[in-house]
Amino acid sequence: MSLIDTLTSFPLISPFIEFGFMRRALAGCLALSLGATPIGVFLMLRRMSLAGDAISHSILPGAAVGYLFAGLSLSAMTIGGLVAGIAVALLAGGVARNSVIKEDTSLATFYLMSLSAGVLIISMRGSNVDLLHVLFGSVLALDDAALLLLASFASCSIVAIALGLRLIVLECCDPAHLARISRLSPVAHYGFMVLVVLNLIGGFHALGTLMAVGIMILPSAAARFWVGNIVPLILVAVVIAFSGSLIGLLLSYYVNLPAGPAIVLTLGGLYLLSMAIGPLGPLVSHLRPRWHFER
Amino acid sequence: MTSSASPIVRFDNLTLGYNRHPAVHHLKGDIAAGSLLAVVGPNGAGKSTLLKGIVGELRPMQGNVELAGLKRENIAYLTQQSTLDSTFPIVIHDFVAMGLWSQFGAFRSFDRAARQRIEDAIAAVGLSGLENRPIGQLSGGQLQRARFARVILQDSPLVLLDEPYGAIDANTVRDLAALVRHWNAEGRTVISVLHDFDHVRQEYPETLLLAREVVARGATAEVLSEQNLLRARHLAEAQSQSPDAPICHTEHNTEKSTAEHRHS
Repeated sequence: MSLIDTLTSFPLISPFIEFGFMRRALAGCLALSLGATPIGVFLMLRRMSLAGDAISHSILPGAAVGYLFAGLSLSAMTIGGLVAGIAVALLAGGVARNSVIKEDTSLATFYLMSLSAGVLIISMRGSNVDLLHVLFGSVLALDDAALLLLASFASCSIVAIALGLRLIVLECCDPAHLARISRLSPVAHYGFMVLVVLNLIGGFHALGTLMAVGIMILPSAAARFWVGNIVPLILVAVVIAFSGSLIGLLLSYYVNLPAGPAIVLTLGGLYLLSMAIGPLGPLVSHLRPRWHFER
Repeated sequence: MTSSASPIVRFDNLTLGYNRHPAVHHLKGDIAAGSLLAVVGPNGAGKSTLLKGIVGELRPMQGNVELAGLKRENIAYLTQQSTLDSTFPIVIHDFVAMGLWSQFGAFRSFDRAARQRIEDAIAAVGLSGLENRPIGQLSGGQLQRARFARVILQDSPLVLLDEPYGAIDANTVRDLAALVRHWNAEGRTVISVLHDFDHVRQEYPETLLLAREVVARGATAEVLSEQNLLRARHLAEAQSQSPDAPICHTEHNTEKSTAEHRHS
């Protein structure tokens, strides 16, 4: 019995050995877990989880315009999405700073307009299948170009976080202090927003605009119940993101579920599990005996 | 407000305010390098505004603040309300280490000497042993100690403290006040906004009494006289009854004389 045959007999591994599209899906999820999830940790810590969601929807009209001109072309939709995502992030921030409208409302107004404009543009030209593809992604149909794109976005994010960790942490935890001691404060702010948009576009290709933010926020929130320091938090979130993707893909294979929602729902399940058994979760911290004179 | 020693801060007819309403008027004079100065006055007297003006967070409406041999980003400034997100998952060690920013910036890694300095700063504020505790688990006093440790690492010749002892127990105040004395003994200039007159009398040789304008400045015992405090209170009450109307004698006089001139 060859090694391949032995491995194929394991039900948890066999789908990835037998089918190329499953291997590609897993590689895509690995890239998203390594790139998008750490960015998601900072989004969560900056209390911008919903802002991330709003920006992910705002990518749609840009991607749709790309689609209008070039069909389901990866590069056209990526460039369109990038422009739209950054434009909405900047516009929403600008309106919030210069008017009575607060940032959450400002983002909501722009993303509602963007989402409806995007759906409108796609349904004008394309089929419902195309619309579903854009809204819910196609993690089981990632081609070489899409995988390369996901891998390069992940590489950019990892390098940016590794180099700028101190800057991003200070920008998140004490932005006013950073603004006082350094001129890099706007670089940190806008650089971070560009990373958010890049990773949302990566997530958009795999999981669609409605769920791209899922692989960013759910693992980050789950990890928060396990560790209380930033670097371990990022590592735990990445592990949760990849495990959730793996389980989600297997579920979709064996139970015949759509892969994108299966992954995001699995991540949701891991979040609930972490809340229940994580040492910093509400249950465990209530059950743990209180120590007097604890240092 | 003049002094014989070389000045570290010079106010040149400085007026600071918000939304075109002045909060500190026509401040003139120097703060000598190595001073230990308390800034006192009623609520709304412009004490915090003055510190914001010195660090450049607030642009002067008129006049100027000059700093001698010091960049604004190198001033150690402890704000009244911490802008810190205390739920952020960062441990005391890493939080305090951010004080080394002016020397190490965003990218350089800490060498052995720097790590030793971080350890020493944490020890100096009495938080040794808690290096790996997340800041979210600290009491108010411990968090203030950690903020002081960050100031130690900033190693700035000018330290600005805005009500550093609000809602903090007596032990912590005693320890942190000793630290402030130590900074001053090292030759650093310390300017503290404070409310506790007993503490000011005990710790600060020099005081500036503000009520949107300078009421008195000089030796603490003389500045904190019954008469001066009463005058500051009256000024503050008069201003709070008409908060939009700036008391700005020189401007009033000029406007008046110009108006009279036009009429004649």
